Amino acid sequence: MKYVGTSVNRVDGIKKVTGALKYVDDLKLARTLFAAVKRSPHPHARILKVDIAKAQSLPGVKAVITGKDVSNRVGLYLEDKTFLATDKVRYRGEAVAAVAAETKEIAEAAVALIQVEYEVLPAVTNAVEGLKPDAPLVHPDLGEYHYGPIFFPEPGTNISNHYKIRKGDAEKAFNEADYVVENSFFVPHIQHCPIETHSAIAQMDVDGSLTIWSSCQSPYAVRKALSVAFNLPLNKIRVLSPAVGGGFGGKAGTTLEGILIPLAMKAKGRPVKLTYTREDEFVNSFVRQGMHATIKTGINKDGKIVAVKNTFIWDGGAYTEYGVNIVRAGGYGSTGPYDIDNVWTDSICVYTNHPVGGPYRGFGMSEIHFAIEQNIDMLAAQIGLSPIDIRRMNGLKPGGRNATGQVLEVCGLQETLEDVVDKLNWEKEDYDLNKGIKPNKVRGRGIACGFKAPSMPNDVASSAIIKLNEDGTAHLLVSAQDIGQGSDTVLVQMAAEVLTIPPDKITIKTGDTDHTPYEWQTVASRITYCAGNAVVKACEDAKEQLMELAQIKLSVFKRDLELCDEYIVSKLHPDKRVAIKELALGLSMSDGSGIHGPIIGRGSFIPPNVRNTDKQTGQGEKPVAFWTYGTQGVEIEIDTETGKLEVLKVASSFDVGKVINPKLIEGQIEGGILQGLGSAIFEELILDNGVVKNPNFVDYKIPTSDDMPEMIISFIENEEETGPFGARGVAEPCMVPTPPAIANAVFDALGIRITTLPITAEKILKALKEKNK
Amino acid sequence: MKYEINFTINKEMISLAVIPNKTLLEMIREDLDLTGAKEGCGAGECGACTVLVDGKPVNACLMLAVEADGKEIITVEGLATETELDELQQAFIDHAALQCGYCTPGMIMSGKALLMENPTPTVEEVVDAISGNLCRCTGYKKIVEAIMHVSENNANK
Repeated sequence: MKYVGTSVNRVDGIKKVTGALKYVDDLKLARTLFAAVKRSPHPHARILKVDIAKAQSLPGVKAVITGKDVSNRVGLYLEDKTFLATDKVRYRGEAVAAVAAETKEIAEAAVALIQVEYEVLPAVTNAVEGLKPDAPLVHPDLGEYHYGPIFFPEPGTNISNHYKIRKGDAEKAFNEADYVVENSFFVPHIQHCPIETHSAIAQMDVDGSLTIWSSCQSPYAVRKALSVAFNLPLNKIRVLSPAVGGGFGGKAGTTLEGILIPLAMKAKGRPVKLTYTREDEFVNSFVRQGMHATIKTGINKDGKIVAVKNTFIWDGGAYTEYGVNIVRAGGYGSTGPYDIDNVWTDSICVYTNHPVGGPYRGFGMSEIHFAIEQNIDMLAAQIGLSPIDIRRMNGLKPGGRNATGQVLEVCGLQETLEDVVDKLNWEKEDYDLNKGIKPNKVRGRGIACGFKAPSMPNDVASSAIIKLNEDGTAHLLVSAQDIGQGSDTVLVQMAAEVLTIPPDKITIKTGDTDHTPYEWQTVASRITYCAGNAVVKACEDAKEQLMELAQIKLSVFKRDLELCDEYIVSKLHPDKRVAIKELALGLSMSDGSGIHGPIIGRGSFIPPNVRNTDKQTGQGEKPVAFWTYGTQGVEIEIDTETGKLEVLKVASSFDVGKVINPKLIEGQIEGGILQGLGSAIFEELILDNGVVKNPNFVDYKIPTSDDMPEMIISFIENEEETGPFGARGVAEPCMVPTPPAIANAVFDALGIRITTLPITAEKILKALKEKNK
Repeated sequence: MKYEINFTINKEMISLAVIPNKTLLEMIREDLDLTGAKEGCGAGECGACTVLVDGKPVNACLMLAVEADGKEIITVEGLATETELDELQQAFIDHAALQCGYCTPGMIMSGKALLMENPTPTVEEVVDAISGNLCRCTGYKKIVEAIMHVSENNANK
């Protein structure tokens, strides 16, 4: 292949390094109004009265709205939220009212004049407490909400989804196992921290059509949510996402856009803009859900795991419109990448009065693997196996079955494991882990496996259009969003490969629901696979049209023609050829007439044969489009006087099917490792009675260049049968094994198990003191 | 009350009347429409707003516009010529040292400031120079490699 598999430079590179690319907050529209939001000071309270009179009369204020202006419930999977609170507030920071004014300062002054009377209600600030029969109800009307058929809310409780796996007979297997072990773990809330905070602009024209510029991952999903919320037809809403400064899931779905629409509706055609502050981003966008895990395992003396019983209790926060699906993913992924015959899993999403849990790179897999992969090491230690051998024995292999009973035909997990073992010299006796170590330091190494599938409804769609120009260049139109992952470049490479047109002659256009074709969402590590398939199909469609015309032009049957370096060429007589550009607008005949017209290729894609699982048992033949497997190993160093943990080296290996762009995928994995490292040793949203205590980069540290370890990145390529060029996604999986690998390395170094994230210096020091007592 | 200030930005002379509480970042973005420098936190913690003031890297969100009086400012827009990227910008592209691009202008300006002061920095010096610039996408490795590429080129000159 000429373009796929090569390190083509990013197609958006020049615009980004020169500062020329306009993100939403960079856009300046004439006569823009600025929005500010009145937010709840209470985690849980009934709204008795909202008085906006003083705000409305402040000079410069053009519109004031309250929950009365946005009463339709919306949600991606469970319609449980309104864009502003109506009857109750359910987290501290929830929007209660909003203002549009001539300047930000006036808008903020007006917000301060809005008076809200509350009746404070007891709050649910712990998911486990929220399950108790006497817990306050966060959503008493849960029974009235609409939701997708693959979710199981329990009205009258705080449970918004209870996903079950019932495979084999776990109880019987526990009774027969040589050992039964139970371990518990906790993963706190964290935040995505894209460097660009959420930003949006909304404008309503005199004809009632709405235009929204939004830093969002999924323009079509935003359009749908706004349509439902405001009873507008889809052809009257245009969502543009000109550029996105990082998403990691936080800009999936719909957030601040819904606050701007009712303001725009009252702003007489003027644009209304809102850009979140960093504090807003921490509190009022999405956060990653907290999770309490308990894993009971039955294991035999030879190391074979015979049964697991998992209880995953997720702190979904105030609204779980998106979170219910993370909990579902945590359920069907609940064994991790291990082949276990008897599985009992309860994955439970609990409403709390915490910030709204939402999609975060990993979509439940990071959380459950922190528990699963430490548990595997704890089992290995108990029966005297090495961490490698227990994974060799129990880890998934081709032909094995996962938690849903799916038979896995392609599975490179063991190859990634051996790759990492090799890269870290794990089984080489002459390797000295402690080479050059200083006093008061100890080193350790840890390994963890991981897997992830795109967690999305079975039948979500992608589409692409390729338009050929008369000079041999082309335009590729998709609504997959390049949020940094490099999709613009990778999709262009795929188009280039099919059409034999060099990548620099193909311009990609994205993110405009009026002009670029449908894409469900840029989430779930699905774009290379889903949008890639749509692009390949569109280019094959264009190619077919070219072949039809070329066979007339060349008097050669199209079965004997092929594309080669921008020409359609006879396979038998290569001198018979016609340039793509000559046919781009149709075929000109010798008598001066023409046929066909411009070549426009169209491609649509839905992952084939993905079906629902059984409601009672969670079993199913193909519940997801594909699985991505991988392994990471780490070497760490701990200062025993301060507890400071430094990650020295990370080796990472993933089976990605086919590497489309080596340089870009390597960068993506390196970024995932640092994000995983941050969640492992620094990051935690500190919640105190529903209040986020550290909503800034001083009190919530994310990794800097100082924290960068040596990184050894490699790939296994077992082709995905239905993937474009055999590729599957890896965006999220690459941060999944990092935290448990670090936790396992801490045990290796100190003999101490830290079962809650983050593994801070304080926790290590405290555990060391207790151990040495 | 507005104050008249005079400064050069990307070699262009500017006279502007600004209110005293306006930040340099607000002036650059809103009054001059140079939106390469970004606001990531508004508190000097992320470095996305880094520009050069008299050759030194500065968090433009922490400096008042009136302090720019008499100063020479360079933003990311001032690095490339009409036809050619700065070699550090080209190195960022060639080394895939950017992903979402939001930290990139600030990151490049921190790298540029280092290279102007020390044309041949070591890896440790590069890591230190960009440690105030947060990037959530790249894991920093390729950014360090891009800056080191220019450093090594300078050493071989």
